[in-house]
This record gives sequence, structure tokens and C-alpha cells, in this order.
Amino acid sequence: MLEKALKGSRGYWIWISFLLAIITIGFYFYLHQLDYGLGVTGMSRDVSWGLYIAQFTFLVGIAASAVMLVLPYYLHDYKAFGKITILGEFLAVSAVIMCVIFIFVDLGQPSRVLNVLLYPAPTSILFWDMLVLNGYLLINIVTGWIVLSCDRKEVPPPNWIKPLIYLSIPWAISIHTVTAFIYAGLPGRSFWLTAIMAPRFLASAFASGPALLIIICLILKRYGRFDAGEKAISTLAKIVAYALAASIFFVLVELFTVFYSGLPEHEAPFRYLFCGLSGHYNLVPWMWTSAVLAFAALGILIIPHIRRKEGWLAVACAFVFVSLWIEKGLGLVVTGFIPSPLETITEYVPTGTEIAISLGIWAVGFLILTILYRIFVTVRSDIDGANDRSVANVRN
Amino acid sequence: MKLYNKGYIIAGIVVFIILITFPLWYGKGKSSPPTLSLDTPAIAQLKDKRCIEEKSFMRENHMKLLGTWRDEAVREGNRLYTARDGRVFEKSLSGTCLECHSNKEQFCDRCHNYVGAKPTCFSCHVVPGEVNK
Amino acid sequence: MTTNRREFLKIAGASTLSLIVPMILCPAWAKEKLIIPGGESPEAISALRTLKAKRWAMAVDPSKCRADCVDCITACHGVHNVPNFGNPKDEIKWIWLEKFAAAFPGENHSYLGESLQKLRLPVLCNQCANPPCVRVCPTKATFQRPDGIVMMDYHRCIGCRLCMAACPYGARSMNYRDPQPFIGKINPDFPTRTKGVVEKCNFCEERLVRGLGPACVQACKEKALVFGDLENPQSEIRLLLGKRFNLRRRANLGTRPQIYYIV
Repeated sequence: MLEKALKGSRGYWIWISFLLAIITIGFYFYLHQLDYGLGVTGMSRDVSWGLYIAQFTFLVGIAASAVMLVLPYYLHDYKAFGKITILGEFLAVSAVIMCVIFIFVDLGQPSRVLNVLLYPAPTSILFWDMLVLNGYLLINIVTGWIVLSCDRKEVPPPNWIKPLIYLSIPWAISIHTVTAFIYAGLPGRSFWLTAIMAPRFLASAFASGPALLIIICLILKRYGRFDAGEKAISTLAKIVAYALAASIFFVLVELFTVFYSGLPEHEAPFRYLFCGLSGHYNLVPWMWTSAVLAFAALGILIIPHIRRKEGWLAVACAFVFVSLWIEKGLGLVVTGFIPSPLETITEYVPTGTEIAISLGIWAVGFLILTILYRIFVTVRSDIDGANDRSVANVRN
Repeated sequence: MKLYNKGYIIAGIVVFIILITFPLWYGKGKSSPPTLSLDTPAIAQLKDKRCIEEKSFMRENHMKLLGTWRDEAVREGNRLYTARDGRVFEKSLSGTCLECHSNKEQFCDRCHNYVGAKPTCFSCHVVPGEVNK
Repeated sequence: MTTNRREFLKIAGASTLSLIVPMILCPAWAKEKLIIPGGESPEAISALRTLKAKRWAMAVDPSKCRADCVDCITACHGVHNVPNFGNPKDEIKWIWLEKFAAAFPGENHSYLGESLQKLRLPVLCNQCANPPCVRVCPTKATFQRPDGIVMMDYHRCIGCRLCMAACPYGARSMNYRDPQPFIGKINPDFPTRTKGVVEKCNFCEERLVRGLGPACVQACKEKALVFGDLENPQSEIRLLLGKRFNLRRRANLGTRPQIYYIV
């Protein structure tokens, strides 16, 4: 089926070339980072995780969001999602691959990465994260590919696929829970030391992932000659609305706990985020943008007759995606380190090299997504074309 | 059974074989195996010029010996090695091996460069002779 | 013989798996059997005069420190080839001085006497008895020894920096660049590190092996640093801790730090 990705319009090939160019530039900067060391980034002794881990954290959420399509269709027989579960699984594949690459470029000694497998350390959450992420990747590649190729041949999928798909549902929850545990289990970082970290991650995952999926479906409808169906899109939009509401609620709950109890250790990072601390306020405009976008998106998504308009829906989904990218990306990761354990504030600004490498990895993800979706759309139009022809024959 | 495009296929196989055996035939005659220099002040002072183990063993297995030493010394705290002939050495690359073989460029590097091995040990384990220069 | 792509891929996959599966099933088959001729011998072990303890710890009496004295830092960083990059972003430090408010966040208030406000205490890795950094390391590159020292294995570290996030004391430093050009005078008796690994104080375990005390303790002329075995009731540190009131940093976190500050 891979050969279906080799045929496309001029627009398709321009997009692929553009992505390849960004990947090449990113790779060139990565070689520079390999040579010089991670000092090319903005990370410091105090803020030891930055843009790369922020992207990883956000993308695990996108990957987990495939469950929002799989669960209604396979557990509750919600037929409207039948056509697009594969889209969710392919999005998960692309997102998990991006996660793994982001972790890889963040390592100081990447040539030793196999040490995690050679010397397993079950007390480390990172060890479990590696296991569940790779397992999830495998599950989604297998299920997405097999179900698509069975659709193509118009035969029902094999029996053993069903248990695997059912497995992917708790597995999706687990990848994001384990990632949240990386943060929530550290005793010294009070910004992350909250039981609600895992629920927050899940809520924002189920908002940002389906939001991206809606935007992609709208693009596919306009340019890819694939219609996901009005019911599917409107249900996805409702899911985004509820998940966004939960995510906003969780942040507000955090703010209450922290500011009402008044614990200085817990208050300080939140103060840094929203008001600035001791003259440092790099993230303040970003966080307020994220907050405004989130509330604006919520406003659009709660009102049914606005939500149904595709233009407004696309805008709302873009707002959700950007807002949560900020909040679960740099807003989460960098703030954990501010203030430092010795109560100093070292701010973090990503360098050009870091941004170039990150864009390169996003481009890798989009390339994989484009190829997989191209195959999907071609297969679907082949099937629909064959169906139309057989219907026409019957009619004649 | 008919072999279609016989000419292209056979030509392709020949080109492939030539390319894949490149390392085996390219360097023939261009360089000879290196001679290693044992001419260091520390070795000159030794009465009994022996390494920790026999030369043949060291030549084949020094990397594995060092790897075992590394794990035993760092992770288990066992810093002493009793050789087969009973002599006791400290398990240390810089402290034991490089004390005698302080001429890294004329000793270690000659073989490593010849076979294309790039051990990363020396990015941390400084050569005592080179540091004091 | 005709075959289609699917059959070809199946055979290729099966052949590749047949190469890998035996090694996964029984890793012992994958390792080469190497017999190292030598080993340990009891005479050798006693020859080194190694200092042994059940639980190493250090007591710090900052009131004994001279103003502007950095002898412990100079000694430690010199012996261990700690680089000086000249900027706070890439900074690497194993032991350094902090204000009382920074070392003991939450204990400071504006009515504390001036002497305490002006105090600069040496801070270093606390060699915790319940170390979060060891818990989170995915390769066990940082591990705890039976005598309590939290060790770094620089050969195994992949530079993921989860230990830096986990440490509640900010005791760890990452080599964001190659350190060797930035070391003033390389001490040939101790390796340097390379770029991409995390490092920290190791309680001078390489000196303890040779019967020497830690470099910082030896360098302190005012005897502000006391090092010893907590499980030995007769040790100097036990007697000192029993006599004078002492605090540990962020003791409520449950990490059981082993650096005790006499205040």
C-alpha cells in the first residue's frame, strides 16, 4: 500500500518537498549539536529541560487522543466514527514517532540510548515510559495498517485485531499517565508535585488531539477529496469542548489550591507564570495568550450553532491546539524549574538551533502523517469509486 | 524459468559485489600493520618487562578486560586486580595501563588508527604523560 | 518461481527475526565467553588501607568558616577536574557557597540575626539515604553504594537529566559542552568527564579507597567540615551531632540527606 503515497498532485509534492527541506535543515543543526553538545540550546544548570522535552510532553497527549475515536467505535459501536478511527491511529503513530525523536535529540549521550534496554531500571518512570510508548507505537502501526488493508480488499479484519484494539484503549491512557508520573513523582519540584497532573494531561490530550484531527479532516475535505462525515466531525467537536472545559477547570482548581493555601513553595511558580517573579516574566505573555485562547475556544465550542459552522470550528480548534501547546509545552516544563531549589530564578529562552531542530522533527511527523493519510485517502477513494461503479452497474 | 533483463541483473550483481567487498581490496598494499613503540621512561625502568597479562591475551582482549575492570571498580568498588601470575594491580586505565604506556600516539593510536577503531575512553581518561607536558 | 511482495516481505521478516530472537530469548548466548585470568585476592585488598564505613556523612559548622574563604571549593574542583566555563548557564560545581536563606528555604525570616544573614554555607550533594535521583535514573548510572555514597557511573549515563530534575537540592550539574578545554590544570590521577553526562560530588570515594579523607575536609584549615561514619558511635561526627543542634536541608521531603549543618 505504500506505493499509493507516491502518486499525488503538484500541491502534494510541493508540500512533501517543503517538509523534506525543513527536515534537512533540522538535521544539519542536529549534527552541530552532536558536535558541540547540548550547550547549543538554551538549557542551563537550573533549567535542565527545555523545548525538546516540552514538545515530547505535548505530543504524548496528541498520541493518546486516538483513544477518543477508538473507544466510541469499538466499545460502543458508534458507527459515525467507523471511517476515521484509522486516521486517529495514524495520527498516534506520527505523534509517538515525534516523541521518540524529541527524547533522542534531548539526550546528552545519544549513542548510549540502548543502555535503557541493556540495564533495565524498573524504579525509573522513564524506563516504563520507553516501554509503553514503543508498545503503543507498535499497536497503532499494526492495527491501523491491517484494518486499512482489509478495508482495501473489502474483507472484514482478522479476529485477532479486536483484542489488540481493545488493548490500545487502556494503553493510550497509560502512556499519558506514565508521562505525567515522570513529573508528578519528583519530590523537589512543587509545581509538578500534584496528583492532578495525570488527569490534567489526559484532559488536555483529549482536547488538543481531536482538535488537530478536526482541522486535518476539514483540510482533507477541502483538498483531499475525503469527507469524514458531518456527524463524526460534530461529535469530535463536542469531545473537544468537554475536554477543554475539563482542562480549564483543572487549571483553575490548581490555582485555587495553590493561592488559597498560600504555600510559598507552591505559589511561586504559578506567580512566575501569570504575574512574573522578581522582575522575571518571560512566560507571562505566553500564559495569558494561552488562557485567552482557551476561553475564546471554549466560548465558540459551547454554543451549538456556532460550533456547527466549519469556519468557526476550525478557528476554535486552532485556538485549542495553540493554547494547549503553550500550556502543556514550555508552560509546564520550564516552570517546574523556576524558582530553582535554591530559590534563584534562571529564565529559559530556546536558541535558534533548538528551534530549527524542533521544527525539523515536527516536519518528520507531518511527513509521516502526510504519507499515511495519502495512502488512506487513496484507498478510501478506490473503495468508494468501486462501490459507485457497482451501484451504477446495478442500476443499469 | 526465464531470466528477464539478464544483462542488467548480472551487471548489477557484479557492481554490488565489487562495492560490498570494497574494504577488503581497496587498501591492499597501501599500508602495512603498525609497529608499536614500547619506548617510555616507565617501561625502560621496569626490570621485568611484562604487561598485566600475556601479550597475545592483551592484544585480543584488552578492551574486554578494561570493560570488566570498569564495572568492577566503579560499580562494585573492587579496585584491585590480581593477575594470573599473582601480581596485584589497581584497576585503572590512567593509573595502571597508561603509566607504563604513556606514549599513546606511538602505542595505542597506531593500532587503533590502522583498524579504524575509535575508542571514546580518552575523552575522559587523560593520559598522564600528555597532561604533564 | 514467482513470488509476490507480501511473500517476499514475510520471508525477509522471518529471516531477520531468526537472527535476533535467540539472543533475546537467552541473552547469555549473545555475550562472548571471556575468561579473565585474574581476580581478587585478600592480601591485595588489605594493601590499599581503604577507609570503610557503614554510613558516610559530613557535618558542616559554617560559623567556623573564614569570610571569603573558598579553600574547600578550590581543593575539590582542582582534584576532580571540574571545569570553569565562565558563565552561569553551563556552570558545573560540586561544592559551593550559598546564603542561609537559599540553603534552608522556608527557615529564613527578617528577624534572624545579622550573623546568620551574612553566613555563607558550603552546599554539596547531600548523599541522601533515600535518594530520588537514584530512583529515577533509567540506566542506574547513578546508584547507591552499601556505605551510603550516591555514585555516578559516567560510562553509563545517557544524559537524560531526569536526576537533575529529581534532585531537590540542585546539587547536580550537566556537561553541556566538552569540559576538557576549560579545566585549569588537569589532575592526571582522576579522569575528566565528557560532554553529555551529569556529574556531582562523590564524597571523594576514590580518596577513601586510598585511606585519605575527602579533599574539602582536608583543605579546610578551620576544621569546619567533619567527615565520618554515622554508624560508629565513637566517631567524631556522631559525637558532634549529639552535642550540637543541627539541621538538614529540606528534611521534610523524606530524602534523608546526610550533610548536617550545625547552626
